[in-house]
Amino acid sequence: MPLDLICPAGSLVSLKAAVDHGADAVYMGFRDNTNARAFPGLNFDEAQAAEGLRYAHDRGRKMLLALNTYPQPDTWSRWTGAVDSAAKLGMDAVILADAGLMRYAVRNHPQLRLHLSVQGSATSYEAVNFYREHFGIQRAVLPRVLSLPQVEDVVKHTGVEIELFGFGGLCVMVEGRCLLSSYCTGESPNSAGVCSPAKAVQWKETPTGLESRLNGVLLDRYGKNEKAGYPTLCKGRFEVGGETYYAIEEPTSLNTLDLLPEMLKIGIAAIKIEGRQRSPAYVAQVTKVWRAAIDAVKKNADAFKPTPTWQAELNKLSEGQSHTLGAYHRPWK
Amino acid sequence: MNLSLGPLLYYWSRDDVIAFYDEAKRWPVARVYMGESVCSRRHLLRLPDWLELAEQLAAAGKEVVLSSQTLIESESDLKTLRRIVSDSRFRVEANEWGAVRLLSEAGVAFVAGPTLNVYNPETLDVLAALGAQRWLPPVEMSHATLAALLERAPTGMETEVFAYGKLPLAYSARCFTARHYNLPKDDCQFRCLDHPDGLPLSTREGAPFLTLNGIQTQSAGVYSLVGELPALRGLGVASLRLSPQSRHLGRVVEAFAAALAGEVPAPATLTRFMPGPPVDGYWHGRAGLEHAGLMHISEKHV
Repeated sequence: MPLDLICPAGSLVSLKAAVDHGADAVYMGFRDNTNARAFPGLNFDEAQAAEGLRYAHDRGRKMLLALNTYPQPDTWSRWTGAVDSAAKLGMDAVILADAGLMRYAVRNHPQLRLHLSVQGSATSYEAVNFYREHFGIQRAVLPRVLSLPQVEDVVKHTGVEIELFGFGGLCVMVEGRCLLSSYCTGESPNSAGVCSPAKAVQWKETPTGLESRLNGVLLDRYGKNEKAGYPTLCKGRFEVGGETYYAIEEPTSLNTLDLLPEMLKIGIAAIKIEGRQRSPAYVAQVTKVWRAAIDAVKKNADAFKPTPTWQAELNKLSEGQSHTLGAYHRPWK
Repeated sequence: MNLSLGPLLYYWSRDDVIAFYDEAKRWPVARVYMGESVCSRRHLLRLPDWLELAEQLAAAGKEVVLSSQTLIESESDLKTLRRIVSDSRFRVEANEWGAVRLLSEAGVAFVAGPTLNVYNPETLDVLAALGAQRWLPPVEMSHATLAALLERAPTGMETEVFAYGKLPLAYSARCFTARHYNLPKDDCQFRCLDHPDGLPLSTREGAPFLTLNGIQTQSAGVYSLVGELPALRGLGVASLRLSPQSRHLGRVVEAFAAALAGEVPAPATLTRFMPGPPVDGYWHGRAGLEHAGLMHISEKHV
């Protein structure tokens, strides 16, 4: 079916919330740096993964394992071990970014379904088809940098299912091609599974306002009436040419509800909701709204219009409480 | 170990580009990477112009490699990529996996660029099987990780390390230079031309942090491994990549050439020519903006 709803599960409670509120599939990671949300207290051990799988499968839903960081030479076996576990547990697919790890999966577990992670940075059908030909990937998650006509061009030229991000945190940079976090802190999504890691964050009340720093680098300073968000590096205020502003991106998040009819029309296989680091309540609410919206668009795409209630629900949950269509809508660029 | 001149990452006037490569003919670099690898809107030199310049550099005895565009977004980007791949005169540096597909289909040897994200020997082996003869690690890779990777690298694979310049850190669909001028990307008025070493970005307390270069974000700090030649030699690294900057690159090349010839570098000789503060944290497994190695060298020379 087109427009499957893929929801984040940072824990067993979130997984159940996603399944109960209508996710077609959930994605999760193991409790280490083999996935790009390697946060303390988050993710699954093998026993929890098995329980989650039972919960999802009993209800006819799928479970996908994100192994979407780049294996490091000294700890290569941690990633291959995770692929082995996924096959043993009966995961419906693994989401991979690294070509070497894909080759390992194909050679050792030919029955295991492979998805290309957004961290694989494939933005053209030539790149997507490369992974198809060499490793038999069934689906690719595209980075949040293409406009919808560009996405459509990819869909037309590949047999690989295309999955798009629909809601949640907005990466302004091509995923997998951003080292800003390691430049500032030593740890990047590619090599450590984290961006702007919490352990490098410092907050300080000063006479000129509340300051957020990442490994000592001043990311922003907030006035009395300003709401301070998590200090993600690319969403700070900086000085360029004598002006202080959000030089890279405002603290806003992605919401593509408005684009659902077009996504359906061009043949998008699945919509991904970002946020494995968010709470079970968040997952429940977002899943509920998106389930309703996807059901509505499938029923009658021409008459589809996001309801004010859905938008209000989602707005309450957003970072900075503002939304963008991101690169799908060309003027954003 | 020899020197490579990396691709020009900035947007310069046609005259400046021609003058730069004219000078480069006389520099002690074995290899020159050419072409537009950052933004398809930059058109003062089109592919035929680059190919003509490439011929001149080749005639001057340089090995020329054409660098492919890192972020491919449109059919016209793919068209340019196919033309680069089908030009059999020069090798190509693949900077994303679509280029790898086309190069391996064409059956030609290629260079695996630093944005292919090769973090382990297995992935390097995949690339070797597809025709890669030379590769560059991601710029964030430390000496220790590179050493571990190279222990199991495919035989005959040549390693090139980004060893000088502002670090290319990120790519986006958004143009941050156009954003600074409140211009839409599609009508950017080519403001990158005003910033031959990129547009500096500082923190709100004035500390240099990043450099905006159109859709690319670079470090404000200038990476330099001139003090790490023994370690690089020890790893069997074949070449050091020096990244173009608008002024004094000839002096930088000289300093590296002298260091390769055995002269012990005094840190100040190079820092004078840097368009930003020196950094080398990545090499030491630390935050990229730190400069542990340089302090270490200074201490040794005191």
